[in-house]
Amino acid sequence: MSPGAPLGAALGLLQRDLLLLLWRQRADALNPLLFALMVATLFPLALGPEAQMLSRVAGGIVWVTVVLASLLSLDAVFRGDADDGSLDQLATCGQPLAMLAGAKMLAHWIGTGLPLTLAGPLLAYMLGIERAAVPTLLLALLLGTPLLSMVGACCAALTVAMRRSGMLLALLVLPLTIPVLIFGAGAVDAASTGGDPSAPLLFLAAGLALALPLAPLGCAAAIRIGTA
Amino acid sequence: MTAFDSPAPPLFAARGLGFSRDGEIIFAPLDLEVWSGDALVIEGANGAGKTTLLRVLAGLLDPTEGCLSWQGVALADGQRIAGSIAMLGHHLGLKVDLTPIENLRFRIALGGLRHGMTAAIALRSAGLQGYDDVPLRSLSAGQRKRTALAALLLSPATLWLLDEPYANLDREGQRVVDRMLETHCLRGGAAIFSSHGLFTPALSRMHSLQLGGVAA
Repeated sequence: MSPGAPLGAALGLLQRDLLLLLWRQRADALNPLLFALMVATLFPLALGPEAQMLSRVAGGIVWVTVVLASLLSLDAVFRGDADDGSLDQLATCGQPLAMLAGAKMLAHWIGTGLPLTLAGPLLAYMLGIERAAVPTLLLALLLGTPLLSMVGACCAALTVAMRRSGMLLALLVLPLTIPVLIFGAGAVDAASTGGDPSAPLLFLAAGLALALPLAPLGCAAAIRIGTA
Repeated sequence: MTAFDSPAPPLFAARGLGFSRDGEIIFAPLDLEVWSGDALVIEGANGAGKTTLLRVLAGLLDPTEGCLSWQGVALADGQRIAGSIAMLGHHLGLKVDLTPIENLRFRIALGGLRHGMTAAIALRSAGLQGYDDVPLRSLSAGQRKRTALAALLLSPATLWLLDEPYANLDREGQRVVDRMLETHCLRGGAAIFSSHGLFTPALSRMHSLQLGGVAA
């Protein structure tokens, strides 16, 4: 007659979300990737096909597309759960809500951030990035995309009570993701011009280390506000 | 006052509980208490504040006045009765892209499992056997409600908070809810549920609370 263990509950939530995201709603799962591919394809058309110039801006373009694609998927993090009452169940089940929020964030990252991280270098190759900068890009995306998921999930939980919150969510999230964009693109830029990318990478790592314990707590508080 | 001569405190009680939103009173201050084995039906017209009251009782909304207590201990602001309540809301908390059994497995991970109960038994008790591989999307509103009832049967929680448990159900489904409430109360659980007053089970210890219009 005891409620399940907190870790078991978080894993159960992660499992359910991944089953939904990657299998039952798999058509939606491709949206961020297709969106990133589309945006990255538009840049050479608009800027012209000069290889040297594209190679110079490839890192920045990839980062912008990743941030926008991630933003596109954020509203869905809590929207479905709020509409069908699952969010109420999460809030009343007696499990630590921060832990469940962490599971939601991890599921979002696995469903969106990880595919974008893996696609990032391919998009960068398409734009003719310096070979030497690719490992840095991959590392920066690996550090930055979880940050995007965590910050984004907090904002998504805050705006979930509003019916049409798309624009508001973007206004909340974009300023908060600018540091990720600056340091992420900065690291790639440094690597492709022969500089040392470790400073911006360390900033990203520090941001991730800060967000890992704090974002789930903030997100849990935001869910409480959102369900009220 | 010693523990000896004072009667046992109620399982769950509310004192002077009121809720208003943007200055508009949703329900006026009211008292309620349930002991183990009790069923309390909240009656009232549409818009009388039944759902809001249940959400306040579940801890999803903070009351504007008054307080809740659990087994005689007052709950501080924002404090929740961890793992002791199971809620069945107007929105069922089920994923339409998952099958009934997948939904139940998730609810077990979330809220734990009542001793001696399994997802298969719960589905059978709720009258929903044979839909193992069908996502909820293809089931009717009544069948989804039965899935939510099965989730309730699995929960080890003592106090049930049910918002319109009889809605969307056929006669047989309504009898399932009656039986569930009876068994739960006999086992020492308690239930607070809302209803228009049309279908109420014959329970031995049943109270009612009238919301809206008349003062409670």
